[in-house]
Amino acid sequence: MSTNNAALRVEGVNISFGGLRALNDVYLEIGKNEVVGLIGPNGAGKTTLFNALCGLVKPDSGKFFLDGQEQDFPHTAQLVDLGIARTLQGVGLFGDLTVLENVMVGAQHLATSGLISAALGRSGKDEKEIRRKSRAALEKVYAGGLANRRADTLSYPDTKRVAIARALVSEPKILMLDEPAGGLGAQDIEWMNLLIRNLSATMSILLVEHHMDVVMSVCSKLYVLNFGEVIASGSAETVRRDPAVMAAYLGTGV
Amino acid sequence: MDFLNTLLIGITAGSIYSLMAISMVLVWRSTRVVNFAQAGMALLSTYFGFEAVTKLGSFWIALPVAMLGGALVAALVEMILIRLLVKHSSSGPIAGVAPIIATLGLLGVIRASASMIWGGQDVRIVGPVSNDGFTINGTTLVFSPLKLLILVTVLVLMLILSLVFQKTNIGLALRASAYSPEIARLSGIKVDWVRTLGWALAGAAGAVAGMFQTVNGNGTLSPDSIEFSLLLVSGFIAAVIGGLDSLIGAVIGGLVLGLMISFVLMYISSGLFFIAPFVILLLVLFIRPQGIFGAKAARRA
Repeated sequence: MSTNNAALRVEGVNISFGGLRALNDVYLEIGKNEVVGLIGPNGAGKTTLFNALCGLVKPDSGKFFLDGQEQDFPHTAQLVDLGIARTLQGVGLFGDLTVLENVMVGAQHLATSGLISAALGRSGKDEKEIRRKSRAALEKVYAGGLANRRADTLSYPDTKRVAIARALVSEPKILMLDEPAGGLGAQDIEWMNLLIRNLSATMSILLVEHHMDVVMSVCSKLYVLNFGEVIASGSAETVRRDPAVMAAYLGTGV
Repeated sequence: MDFLNTLLIGITAGSIYSLMAISMVLVWRSTRVVNFAQAGMALLSTYFGFEAVTKLGSFWIALPVAMLGGALVAALVEMILIRLLVKHSSSGPIAGVAPIIATLGLLGVIRASASMIWGGQDVRIVGPVSNDGFTINGTTLVFSPLKLLILVTVLVLMLILSLVFQKTNIGLALRASAYSPEIARLSGIKVDWVRTLGWALAGAAGAVAGMFQTVNGNGTLSPDSIEFSLLLVSGFIAAVIGGLDSLIGAVIGGLVLGLMISFVLMYISSGLFFIAPFVILLLVLFIRPQGIFGAKAARRA
């Protein structure tokens, strides 16, 4: 089932916390420009898998492939260089920075000059470039007008936009969205759907989401986790009809 | 005239405390460690400055030498000692305390090493300009060209620091990492380097505080110098008054402390020299434990 040049692929991922098995032999594959959804009941291991993919948790075993090349699971510090960006469930903006500065933090890989030359004030060119790209990323999520607001004064839906802009400014090949629609009203969900579809033209997207209508309308492939195992995968339609999935969600024993 | 004298002395001393408080705040923001060795590091840097003054003969060359030395020492301490301690004591009751206790140990090590290298007796650093007070209409002030110079230099350094923090990428990385290291790391900031840089800046600021504290006092320097004990205490108190998390708070905390001490000594009793700072610290901790500017930190906690 594995095409070798998938943007991201993991196999046989096992993670235990103490004696508790959080993930058991999990696999996942994200094709280029594909939108893949990760769903499952609370505690199924979705966030654990997400954390493993971005280096917040180290798996006990498992293989990690990027563009078909096997490599170690990444450390958080390597993500940007590997072309992976992630948003957090809790949004995670820097409250006492402005919106523009929040996005600029995501663009630090563009700062080519080292500490010394930066200290001597020679990083002016980089800074201009970072500022320009950050504004562009804000425009992409229709938040250009918020640039100079302090992040802790934003409404909740706006913080989600800014968090996505910060992820986009690192120019990722793979974008991981942790509950992008969580806490949003109907109108903002509509907007988020549209944004995700637009973004998939230029990158692969993996999302964890509880809103089934979002998942069903934007994802071309779904993985369903339950008790740390992949119990189903495939197109939205296939997964919807899968008896194991219905059992996991509805609690009717198979 | 007494009032003016007291005011100017308080502001000058306060500006030095501000620098020391800034270095405490920089370290706290980058690694969440209260660095009791800060005054020791300042002492060491001032000895570097003393060597430079003696060999090269110019205070204005010695000052950057001391700053560079202070920055290097601080960066090494962070990379070798603190980074390991934070990593190895990440759980258990000792977790938050180990690095802080280690800085107390480091203070002792630095003081002992300094007496081994430079001897226990006083050495002398001559200031760049006279410490004799200005004379206005036949009245001589305590405020001197040296004090004016200290005040101006400290202000310029603070201005530069605030520009770096507000206007540069490095400053952005420092602010973001202070707010949340985890998110900063996820966003691609090299948080370990940012931490080292925070310590290095703190070391440089402490070096200036040490040099000025010495020439503003009687110009002598020894490992057990009372000036440096005072610097440690005052820097810490000023930082706490400012909320420990805020650079502006540190500046204002230092000035407030300097003025308070100066006025207490002038108008209440000069015998309170060593008690006043501690009483002020206790008062602040009782009345406003989050510091005057610590509302943000309190909200975040």
